[in-house]
Amino acid sequence: MGDNTRHASETVERFLDSTLDSVDSAEELAVGAAGRAGFNDDDVMKIGMAVRESMVNAVVHGNRYNENKKVRLSVIRNSSRFTVRIADQGEGFDFDSVPDPLSSENLMRTSGRGIFLIRSFMDEFQIRRLDPGGTEVTLVKYMVSK
Amino acid sequence: MSVKLNVRQVGDVSVMDVAGRITLGEGSSALRDALRDLVSKGQNKILLNLGEVSYIDSSGIGELVSGFTSVTNSGGTLKLLNLTKRVQDLLQITKLYTVFDVHDSEAHAITSFK
Repeated sequence: MGDNTRHASETVERFLDSTLDSVDSAEELAVGAAGRAGFNDDDVMKIGMAVRESMVNAVVHGNRYNENKKVRLSVIRNSSRFTVRIADQGEGFDFDSVPDPLSSENLMRTSGRGIFLIRSFMDEFQIRRLDPGGTEVTLVKYMVSK
Repeated sequence: MSVKLNVRQVGDVSVMDVAGRITLGEGSSALRDALRDLVSKGQNKILLNLGEVSYIDSSGIGELVSGFTSVTNSGGTLKLLNLTKRVQDLLQITKLYTVFDVHDSEAHAITSFK
């Protein structure tokens, strides 16, 4: 039965609290959906980690753990693309201000690698400001025909 | 499962066996506290055995860097042992693999401290 559903469409949407538990929940949800989509273990791990890092940005840097603010998580799968959208309700974050973690002067920094890992693990990564407030990131992994 | 830590002494080297997930929150803070505890006790030869680490995120990578820096700044040495492929891949793409002294044999790692 599993293979019959491998490339079927799937859409999941959740509104999550601004907590680290939500980071775990989002990663778990994305990993499950990626597994059902037929990605191999390595890609499933990469998708899960990209979602984790994006959720941490939304919860910690976006919503700043504010219990009155939510994170919207959408996972949309079709025959060609596995798309994850994560939107916070924060004040906005200047992603361009994050220094290059691979440059020698930043190599020993203890933070600032999340965006780099997301870009490394996904085929597309987009950021947009939301009106009236918040940031939405879109992560895409291309589906590979078996 | 979050992280599990166990410290054992092999000669004058403190071997910390790490298992589970080193991620933002409980996992990375537990590792940070354990390393600080060792440094505060004057242990300056630390071997982190990551063989049972199933997962590490950017926060966990940051804790490895932080631990390396704090041990080095206190006059000690921190080395890594038994990296899983995933952890090794992460250290390679973040260009940190060459920063750490990485071993796959505990005996050789212990000897290298001398």
